[in-house]
Amino acid sequence: MMVLRKPKKDMRFILATDVGSTTTKARFFIKNEEGDWRFLVAGEAPTTVETPYEDVTLGVRNAVREIEELTNYKILSEEASGIIVPFDGERGVDLYCTTSSAGGGLQMMVAGNVKSITAESANRAALGAGAIVMDVIAIDDGREDYEKIRRIRTLRPDMILLAGGTNGGTIFHVLMIAELVKAAKPTPRLGMGYKLPVIFAGNKDARPQVKELLGEAFSLSVVDNLRPVLEKEVIEPTRRNIHELFMEHVMSHAPGYNKLTKWTDIDIMPTPAGEGLAMQLIANAYKSNVLGVGLGGATTNIYSIFDGRLVRSVSANLGMSYSICNVLKEATVGKILRWVPFEMEEKELINMLRNKMIRPTTIPQTLKELIIEHAVAREAIRLGFEHHKTIATRLRGVKVERTLADIFEQSLAKTYIEMIKIGIIVGTGGLLSHAPRRAQSLMILMDAFQPVGVTRMFQDSVFMMPHLGVLSTVYPEAAWQIFDKDCLLRLGTVIAPLGEAKDGEKVMEVRLETSSEESETRQMNFGEISSISLGEGKEAEIIISPAKEFDVGAGRGKALEAKIKGGVVGVVLDARGRPLNLPEEKRKETLLRWISSLNLYPDAQMRDLAEA
Amino acid sequence: MNKFDNVMKPEEKTYAYTPGLKVKEYMTLSKKRVLPISGRVLVKENQTVSPETVVAEMEMLGEPHIVKAALLLRIEPNEINEHMLKAVGDKVYEGELIAQYIAFFGLIKRFVKSPVTGTIENIGASGWVTVRTPPIIVDLKAYIPGIVKEIIPEMGAVIETSASYIQGIFGVGGETYGPLRVLVNSFDEILTADMITSESKGKIIVGGSFVTLEAIRKATEVRVAGVIVGGFGGDDLTSLLGYEMGVAITGEEKIGTTLIITEGFGEIAMSHRSFNLLRRMEGQVACISGATQIRAGVIRPEVIIPQEQAKEKALEDELSSGMRPGTPIRIIRQPCFGCLGSVVSLPVELQIMESESDVRVVEVELDDGSRVTVPRANVEIIET
Repeated sequence: MMVLRKPKKDMRFILATDVGSTTTKARFFIKNEEGDWRFLVAGEAPTTVETPYEDVTLGVRNAVREIEELTNYKILSEEASGIIVPFDGERGVDLYCTTSSAGGGLQMMVAGNVKSITAESANRAALGAGAIVMDVIAIDDGREDYEKIRRIRTLRPDMILLAGGTNGGTIFHVLMIAELVKAAKPTPRLGMGYKLPVIFAGNKDARPQVKELLGEAFSLSVVDNLRPVLEKEVIEPTRRNIHELFMEHVMSHAPGYNKLTKWTDIDIMPTPAGEGLAMQLIANAYKSNVLGVGLGGATTNIYSIFDGRLVRSVSANLGMSYSICNVLKEATVGKILRWVPFEMEEKELINMLRNKMIRPTTIPQTLKELIIEHAVAREAIRLGFEHHKTIATRLRGVKVERTLADIFEQSLAKTYIEMIKIGIIVGTGGLLSHAPRRAQSLMILMDAFQPVGVTRMFQDSVFMMPHLGVLSTVYPEAAWQIFDKDCLLRLGTVIAPLGEAKDGEKVMEVRLETSSEESETRQMNFGEISSISLGEGKEAEIIISPAKEFDVGAGRGKALEAKIKGGVVGVVLDARGRPLNLPEEKRKETLLRWISSLNLYPDAQMRDLAEA
Repeated sequence: MNKFDNVMKPEEKTYAYTPGLKVKEYMTLSKKRVLPISGRVLVKENQTVSPETVVAEMEMLGEPHIVKAALLLRIEPNEINEHMLKAVGDKVYEGELIAQYIAFFGLIKRFVKSPVTGTIENIGASGWVTVRTPPIIVDLKAYIPGIVKEIIPEMGAVIETSASYIQGIFGVGGETYGPLRVLVNSFDEILTADMITSESKGKIIVGGSFVTLEAIRKATEVRVAGVIVGGFGGDDLTSLLGYEMGVAITGEEKIGTTLIITEGFGEIAMSHRSFNLLRRMEGQVACISGATQIRAGVIRPEVIIPQEQAKEKALEDELSSGMRPGTPIRIIRQPCFGCLGSVVSLPVELQIMESESDVRVVEVELDDGSRVTVPRANVEIIET
């Protein structure tokens, strides 16, 4: 519930936190003398879900206490009862808000009639609400009934979304799915003493029967049909209901959340929902197709805003701490080691990642461990993006309207994301935001997403996109000011032609003009990568003349003229080819050359590692 | 905002740290033993229990079997009730008729039989009939010896015992118990297959820095109840389980024994405190569980060694005490992984590590007298 303690115009201090699966991140924002909202300082502490501290508010207090220590400013109340709100002239903040993904986030199971129609819409609604979809059960999903029942029983979701049928159509199939849910009698994951929430968003004609079937054993809520007619998708009522139930059931049963909900001025939002709002802010502000990643400890969230459609996917078990071994499992050791420019035994890598899994809050102190984590990050994002592409298909998107002709093509629908049309790539999450050199996060994003053509690269400076996402729901002006000035770090622009050639063959010639007097021309050959300095806020005219096998957006072999923006890394010319293939021969030497070209890691230590 | 300029102050303690694993010589331990769903509690308050005592039992729902009756009878789903021979709640046997369709003076006959013995649970509007098999009784044992301190109605009980207690970092396998038997001479010695003989049958064996895969296989062969050791190979874990573990949620593995590692993956000497405690307790019965869950509601593997007369040390308010100069810690990441020491100082300024990460640090004096500076995130407090 939204209760602001002070009019927005009178606010001076805002505190926002994100209770992550690994770390609780507090961010302190202030209004400066010019009246602009700015980020001041960050405090972080391990999330406290582990005994003896099974109460997330302890982690919040610890993170906020860091802010207090760094600023010598009082925010926590003396009686350990929470945050001092509002600012009383000496102490406290005017607004406190938070996102959360601790407790494994919101875990849902989705059930619908036809896997490619209603179940798919339900899946999208759940993902859009910031949930992790554990499984999608459908009449035609190829499993036997007993297998579906067993699956529902063992999953123990936080809630179930049930959809199916168009209004006025047959109710038979949706009742079959409801009966499967009833037969399975799943118990909720958190808190044994309450009924599992089920949202029914299917054929409205089936409501009485669904109520009769599920009304007693479950906490049933009924919302508008997700697919009232075949060619229309109405996601918002379901998404809103998911959020309400998330607050009411899931949050109140996670350790310490009851207390935390009393501290906050506005509802706690799932971290991915906050991140999604932030990604949308970027797409709106720059009027561009955006691809984004939130690389967390437990999950990898990928966002695409393509032609105005926001789609979010969450790879629940791809992450950099709790789920790091699942990246190892999904990607395999070889795929991770291919990014490592020094000798390392598989056994050593496996032990290192397993130790990170069991001690998820630790951070790499040595360069070797940092490079390994960066290698894993590339694979987590690559796998997450592959997953995303299976969801971002032609039928996907928020509230899309289609013709019947489109619907018949659905089984053939492939992803609509064309990398050449992606104007901006954004990265957020602890690993990316905390990368010691900004070129490192740019390279991780570039290797994982493989942008094509001309693409701007952004990064969350100190990991505060979820914070600003939730803040934007009540105070969008402040959120955007902080976002633009302190959060959104412009890394630079990547120029990467589509195509392949042999090592050393010409890929493109690039002429960059910063003014009528200053220009630079570079020829890039296959397998090379380099950068040209063009600082944040600077612009340049660029003429890219690709070789005849290569395309930078104007067609094969056709020159492209564009105005590009700089960033902290500058303009990166990537002539490694698309798709990017790492050479089998001299792989380490090639990696070291790339590292050196972009000055990714400290030279001397890098040499020592490579020679060791 | 001059108010916030240069206001960093010297720091005496921090609250942002990783809670350490517990190693306690004596403590009063309360173990909540609860069923996953409600059932019957079979013990009484103040009753003395052994690990084998059944505290509570529950009926696990039987498997539901769905019979597409209307389809089999070739009738409309809404006509199903007219053709049912059994009602909701009726008991049925496998092969028994539950519905029939007879038309044209008996010329057309169609029957539906129950696929299993069970109870008719639902006759749905979709024309489906659910038959559920009889419930399965599941026992919940006490797991540790002690006194029943509290009854949790319908769910279980709280068992209290005096014990020595060691928390591990990761484990596989379920709850078990047996006498402790230390098979190595030192906390940094590797436990190998040749050290394990039939004398270890039914025992909880203790190694040092590492246990080989062959040794674990041998332990299973001679029916060792459990293995406690400092480290284990990450790749050996895959061989042992037969699959690659992606997320650390364990406790249900059927590997023939229970494995608890106290430090981490790779060869890492067991902490002196844990090793010495286990050695002192050799011969006594230990109750162990490998169950690990490194997510919300974290569960760590544990070793409980019940004591007759435990002298309880006062439990400090661990959180409020925080980390401060003198606090004993263990480093939990390379390059000093496993080293023990104590906090010298907690500089407020961020410092740059070899990885160039700019982090909050802690200065530590190691047990050998040398000093290192490591990220605060890479140490855990040794709880005493």
